[in-house]
This record gives sequence, C-alpha cells and structure tokens, in this order.
Amino acid sequence: MKYVRHVLDHLGKDLRLEWRSRDSINGMLFFALLVVVVFGLAFDPTSYPTTARQISGGILWVALLFASITALNQSWAREMRNQVLEAQRMAPSPASALFLGKAIANMLFVLVVEAVLAPIFIVFFNLHALGNLWLMALILPLGTWALVVNGTFFAALGLRARNRELLLPLLLLPISLPALLAMVQATTGVLTADLDSIQIATWIKQLAGYDIIFTTVCILLFETVLNAE
Amino acid sequence: MEQRNPTLRIIAWLWFAISIAVLIVGFREAIFLTPPDAAQGDVGRIFYYHVPSAMWSLAFPYVNFIASLFYLYWRKRDPLKALTADAMAIAAAEVSVVYSSICLITGSIWGRAAWGIWWTWDERLTSELLLFLLYVSYLMLRRFSSTGQTQTLAAVISIFAAIDVPIVWMSIRWWRTQHPAPVFFGGPGTGVDKSMMPAFVWNIIGWGIWGIFILVFRFALERRRQRAEQEAALHAIEASLEISK
Repeated sequence: MKYVRHVLDHLGKDLRLEWRSRDSINGMLFFALLVVVVFGLAFDPTSYPTTARQISGGILWVALLFASITALNQSWAREMRNQVLEAQRMAPSPASALFLGKAIANMLFVLVVEAVLAPIFIVFFNLHALGNLWLMALILPLGTWALVVNGTFFAALGLRARNRELLLPLLLLPISLPALLAMVQATTGVLTADLDSIQIATWIKQLAGYDIIFTTVCILLFETVLNAE
Repeated sequence: MEQRNPTLRIIAWLWFAISIAVLIVGFREAIFLTPPDAAQGDVGRIFYYHVPSAMWSLAFPYVNFIASLFYLYWRKRDPLKALTADAMAIAAAEVSVVYSSICLITGSIWGRAAWGIWWTWDERLTSELLLFLLYVSYLMLRRFSSTGQTQTLAAVISIFAAIDVPIVWMSIRWWRTQHPAPVFFGGPGTGVDKSMMPAFVWNIIGWGIWGIFILVFRFALERRRQRAEQEAALHAIEASLEISK
C-alpha cells in the first residue's frame, strides 16, 4: 500500500505542477492539431474517402507519437531544476514509484489531448468508421500507454545527455515499432472493417502484451538508470 | 605502459590469415565453381554473401545482450570485469550493425536484379531493418550520453533491444499472415541444391571467422581506450595529490 501511496504522491505532484503552467498540454494540443492539418493538406482526405479511412489510423498515431515526444522531452525538465533529482535519489521511496507516477501523469496528459483531438480528426478527415468504434476506447489507452511508458523511461535516460531532445525519438521509435504496428493495424481495422473481430482482437492482445512486458522492464530497470553515475 | 603480449599477437595474425584464406576459398567456390542457379543465373551468386551476413547479424546481438547483462551484474561487484564486459558489448553492437547493413544492402541489390524491386515490407526484410535500427539507436545512445553514465545506460538499452527483437519478429509475422506479401529470400535449406552447399558452407564459416576477428579486434581497441582513460584519470588524481602535499 505504501508503494501505491508513493506513486500517487508523485502523480499528484506532476499534475499539480502541470496545472499551474499548463505548458505541456497546450503545446501538445496545438502541435497535434497542426500535424492533422499538415496531413490533411498532404493527402486531401475528404476527396478520397476510402483512402482516407485506410490511412487515418496511421496518421492519427503518427500525430500522437510526435505530440507525445514533444511533451515527454520536457516532463523530466521539472526534476532538473533546483537539484530536485538529487533529492529524489536520496528519498527512501523506491525509484520506480517516481517513474510510475510520472508515466501515469504523462498518460493522463496525452489522453486529454486525444480526447480533444479525436473529434477534430473525425471532422477534418470526414471519417465514417465502418467498424465498431467503441473498440477505440480499448485501443487508444493501450496504444498510448505503450508510447508513454517507454517514452518516459527514455526521456529519463537522456537526462544528462548532450542533445537530449534528439535522443528521445532516436531511442523511442525503434523500440516502439511493434507497438506502433499493432495500434495502427487495430485502428485501421476498426475504421475500414477490413479485419474481422478475431484479427483486431489479436492486435489488441499483442498491444496489451507489449504494454505488460515493457512496463515490467521499465519498472525493474528505472532504479539502475536513476543511479547510473 | 603495458607490454603487448606476443602470443596474442601471433594468434591474431594467424586468425586474420585464416579468415582471409577461408573467404578466398569461399569466393572461388561461390563465383567460379558452383553451377549458376537454374532460375536466376549468375545473379544468384550474391546469395552466398547475403545469407551468411544475415545469419551472423542475428548472432552478434546476443553477444551484446549477454555482455550487457554481465556489465550490470559486475558493475557494483567488480568494476574491472564490468569494464571488460562493456567493451565486448560495444564491439558486438558495432559488428551487428555492420553485418545487418551488409545483409540489407546485398539483399536490396539482389532484389532489384532478380525481382525488379529494391525493397518490400515483407516479414524478413522488415524484421532485419528493425534489428538494424535497434542497434544503431544503441550506438546513438552511447554517443550522446554523458560520460559517467554511458555504459550503464547502454546496458539498459541493450536489454530493451534484446527483448524487442522477438516481439518485432512475432508482430511482423502476424502482420504478414494477415496481409500476405510474396516471401523473398526463402532462406537457407529451402531448395539449396547439394552442389551449392560447399560454397555456402565455406562462406558462412568464413564470414563467421571474420566476424569474430573484427569483434575481438574492436574489443581490444576498446580495452586499450579504457586503459588509456584510466591511466589519464590516475595521473590526474596523482597530480592533484602532489599539489596538495
């Protein structure tokens, strides 16, 4: 129970800090909107509804991926000021609680962005999903967690790196590719109804498996990363 | 300054000579002695270079993974052994990147010559490309991270990459079961005629020996660099002690 307490404390801290400045969320929202507009101009989705449905899954997740990267980069910036990181290292709570708190906070921010972005996306792309759209309520959180959990971890890896902002996408993208494949295929399957429910279910299960495996690995290895010196 | 060990140098030169010799025999077998492929003609001879580099590119990542595990284990218990493990890890990562690049490039050339396409997102090619990307990202991390932490962080990324490789394989296989694409490069053992086996075996052994040679060479280079770094650190500490005396 104490562990959960620690995670909730860290989570509360991040949410409070974000609420005061609202930097991350505003930046992410606007960035995601801009990406949707750019893709809209690039592909002209409303003129080609069938093609639009086929590529929308990919575009949605690419937009979210780049939006999350911009936020993840600075999610650890709070810990760099005022030597907070040293204090965190010396604190008796387990390091993985800090990691989980921050990952959950980032998850909530990206989910807020998704909630705002999804209707805009449907409007700009004139999307009419042919499959069961309620499945998105399962795919979106699972996919987002896959990106956020690894992203928070790799953002911490690059904390004292030179060229920190560049390092995160270089590490995150290769490792997330199987998860990206799963989330895009599942989303496209839902939108185009080209895949039957068993195939979509398999992609969702793969995504869930990926989430479980990498959450475990991140929790186990975070202590090593925090005390890497 | 450490003396160079003469025995090790003799072994290294011998190993180098053997690898060159085996590769030359393999070249002769592959290019001149083996009959041309029934369907592809002489173009198919690139097979004897493409497949060995593909197979070895799957082996060296494991060396990197095991070395990284040893590094993390020894990090606090025996720092000197940990340094050795780290040197092996980076050497193995670099050799993995080299072999998978050769695989991708020769495969691309072969695909263009034999089937008219430079690339396709089929199971094997995509998985190999992702393997390449994972280990390049490992090398990027090593380059960008700050000095004290490089080895630990790299070891952590190595674990992530190693866990990701089977996941990548399975997800891409499922993707290609769902949306079948023509399978290229059926792999060794599928329709390799007996007359082709000598060339294949010579080349796979040759590239293996060569791979081990450059692995150990890079390892020795890294060890020299580590030792030089430690000497410099020792001098700096001693110099600071002199001043304070």
